[in-house]
Amino acid sequence: MLDRAPAEGASRDQATRRVRFRGAGFVPASSRFGGWIALALVIAIWQAAGTAGFVNPLFLPAPSAIVRAIYQLAISGALWQHVSASLLRIGIGWLLGTAAGVAVGFAIGLSRLARSVGITLISALFPIPKIALLPLLILWLGIGEEPKIATIALGVFFSTAISVYSGVDAVPRNLIRMAQSFNVPFATIVRKVIWPGALPAILAGFRITASVALLLVVSAEMIGAQYGIGAFVLQAGNLMQTDQLLAGVVILSVFGLAVGKVIGWLETRLLHWR
Amino acid sequence: MDLIANHISHRFGDLAVLDDVSFTVSAGEVVAIVGPSGCGKSTLLSILGGLLQPSSGAPELRGQPPADSLNPLTFVFQDFALLPWATVEENVEFPLLHTQLSATQRRALVEDALRRTGLTEFRKTFPKQLSGGMRQRVGISRALAVKPAILLMDEPLSALDSQTRELLMEDFVRLLADGGMGAVYVTHNLEEAARLADRIVVLSRRPGRIREVVTVPMTRAERGETAAREKLLALQSQIWSLIRNEAIDAEREVQHA
Repeated sequence: MLDRAPAEGASRDQATRRVRFRGAGFVPASSRFGGWIALALVIAIWQAAGTAGFVNPLFLPAPSAIVRAIYQLAISGALWQHVSASLLRIGIGWLLGTAAGVAVGFAIGLSRLARSVGITLISALFPIPKIALLPLLILWLGIGEEPKIATIALGVFFSTAISVYSGVDAVPRNLIRMAQSFNVPFATIVRKVIWPGALPAILAGFRITASVALLLVVSAEMIGAQYGIGAFVLQAGNLMQTDQLLAGVVILSVFGLAVGKVIGWLETRLLHWR
Repeated sequence: MDLIANHISHRFGDLAVLDDVSFTVSAGEVVAIVGPSGCGKSTLLSILGGLLQPSSGAPELRGQPPADSLNPLTFVFQDFALLPWATVEENVEFPLLHTQLSATQRRALVEDALRRTGLTEFRKTFPKQLSGGMRQRVGISRALAVKPAILLMDEPLSALDSQTRELLMEDFVRLLADGGMGAVYVTHNLEEAARLADRIVVLSRRPGRIREVVTVPMTRAERGETAAREKLLALQSQIWSLIRNEAIDAEREVQHA
């Protein structure tokens, strides 16, 4: 059959044609500079609109005005005063919430008793907006740094606990069985198998808790603080100083980016094996 | 040291998986366990290795393991069970970390195990960088590092391609050749069972009962010879005839599950 002579009218069938490529798309690869170029473009258009007078600077100050506001804040010393107050609250609150969340998350992931009690309590308390508890925390802990830090710690705690026990649950059981088959003690299994196995989920949880901490510090400072980025933004809004207000927003954005970079660096260092 | 399956039965809820399985693996002996899909081969191995509590009966040991054995019953897993965040040598050293051995002694054992499995030059490699066959070599190396008396191998070649299977089978034959180490080898591959085992325990369809224990009528050294091939093929046919009908039933059962 392979050697048959071409039949009449078969010339069209004999002509070769290329198989159409159908495998394009669905592989989104971000370009290295694309994002920065897009951001620069948006800022340039925003600046041009402000300079040309298309936008009322009271409603939307030009980027140059925001940069100027940040500079003035920096040289006056107010920037550091507000940023340091917020950083201190975030730092202490995040550390306390993370330490407690990791401990409780591991307990839930490893102990039947802790799981039965812990999951019910966390499911009941997690959905409560933590900022709603600030007045109660002020009542309990007094006016000062404690209630703000406690609000942040609470917000961080629940998300951390959930990500940690989910991470522990996701550790492949075959690795734990393997370790048991070599009579590896419980503590070594936790340290050498469960901890590294749960680390990807824990670090992913850190990204979320960093955002939660930022959100809560701003909210708490807007409710009751003299210093801090949240207090500064609220004050600027009340005085219609929109350039100052947006300066505060830019600082928050830079802080969020910095935290993201730190967690990305940690992932590269600790999860290089993936 | 002998390993004894003493009237082992097991159920998962209402599902009876094993029914009164008894046999003995003598020191240095290699026993293969074959049977239709779902007959409880891997469950039996987990019970023998102390990773699963049987519903009734018990796995037992008779005699003492070699003095230098750090883990007399040691598994080689089908899915390798390697720590993905650890290098080859860290994986091999892992079961030694909690022992009383000094760092120098541990290093010597790791070194020896890596050499015996041809992994010395891959010591700093991570599992994801290795092929399936090399990953299983790491699993074998880890098992050798603790100097087991009996290896418990749960379909160790089933996740590998045929060429790699052949190469690793040659490794198993070599490692078990001196009779210093026994093995229980769970497999669905009759050729592997016939090449490696001294005796083959044939299980019935679920709940797995012992249908027959077949003794391979030649030494492991003789099986490499050309003249032995026909005998081994005849043995495989004999075992296949024992399980063929039940394997068909088991396959249909799985498909309808």
